[in-house]
Amino acid sequence: MIFVTVGHQMPFDRLIRVLDAWAEREGRADLFGQIGEGEYWPSYFPAAPFLTPAQFQERMQRSDAIVSHAGTGTIIAALQLGKPILVLPRRADLGETRNDHQFATADHFERAGYILVARSEAELAAKMDDLRTFSPSAHLGDKASPELLNRIRAFITAA
Amino acid sequence: MRKGERHKTVLAVSSGGGHWVELMRIAPALDDADVAFVTVQREYADDVGGRRFYVVNDATRWNKLAVALMALRLLVIILWERPDVVITTGAAPGYFALRFGRWIKAKTVWLDSIANAEELSMSGRIAGRYADLWLTQWPDLAGDEGPEFAGAVL
Repeated sequence: MIFVTVGHQMPFDRLIRVLDAWAEREGRADLFGQIGEGEYWPSYFPAAPFLTPAQFQERMQRSDAIVSHAGTGTIIAALQLGKPILVLPRRADLGETRNDHQFATADHFERAGYILVARSEAELAAKMDDLRTFSPSAHLGDKASPELLNRIRAFITAA
Repeated sequence: MRKGERHKTVLAVSSGGGHWVELMRIAPALDDADVAFVTVQREYADDVGGRRFYVVNDATRWNKLAVALMALRLLVIILWERPDVVITTGAAPGYFALRFGRWIKAKTVWLDSIANAEELSMSGRIAGRYADLWLTQWPDLAGDEGPEFAGAVL
């Protein structure tokens, strides 16, 4: 099962169109999408606009791979489960988000070997196969680095 | 904590999605405190293990009425809770929480999202002025006039 998610803030039709075409071409019926409230509804896989946090977590756990926007919430959730994830960063010039910060996020996580990144629709379709063999360089624990936790604890103690 | 010392009260605030995920990853640092959480989605209550939990409406800066309502709700929560420390991972609810926290002399912490790898978020640049501890998760963005780097949520 491939879990497709665009987060809860804005739809991301560009991602859904590419994956719908990919599912048709490859004859895949094992995708599920959380797609927001956009204008495009996929014909080749089931989808819901939104999921509750519990439903989201269940979909993540049941999936073999995740394809999403480059949101840190989704990326971190995937890494905590050790799931391979392929992201397409949102573009500000297409009105998909307010600025291009998702490209920077994607670059940094990609350099660390955590995720796969597609920077265009063509690259997304091409990298779908890589998801099958990709394994993230690290399986994240469930909390922040000890350095950060200690800094915050010390600040609170001194407050 | 030494004997006789009271637990610090902390208000931990974030909006939804990645901001909440990041707040949950620093939550272990709040385990010794008497902490209450504020966010924008009722269902996140499942993540806080029965601790005090408040919901405010979500708002972007384009919807002024929603922003005003969110700010008012945060003000009421802060006056009710009277925290020693306000800590936030952003975005809009965190900004108001820091400003109102200052009014009641709380110490304030802004942790800028790991999503802001090349420049600080707009809310972060503004909120930094109201933060006693202003943190970035990227060493390149730290500086004497700006935030401190002390590790990341990863």
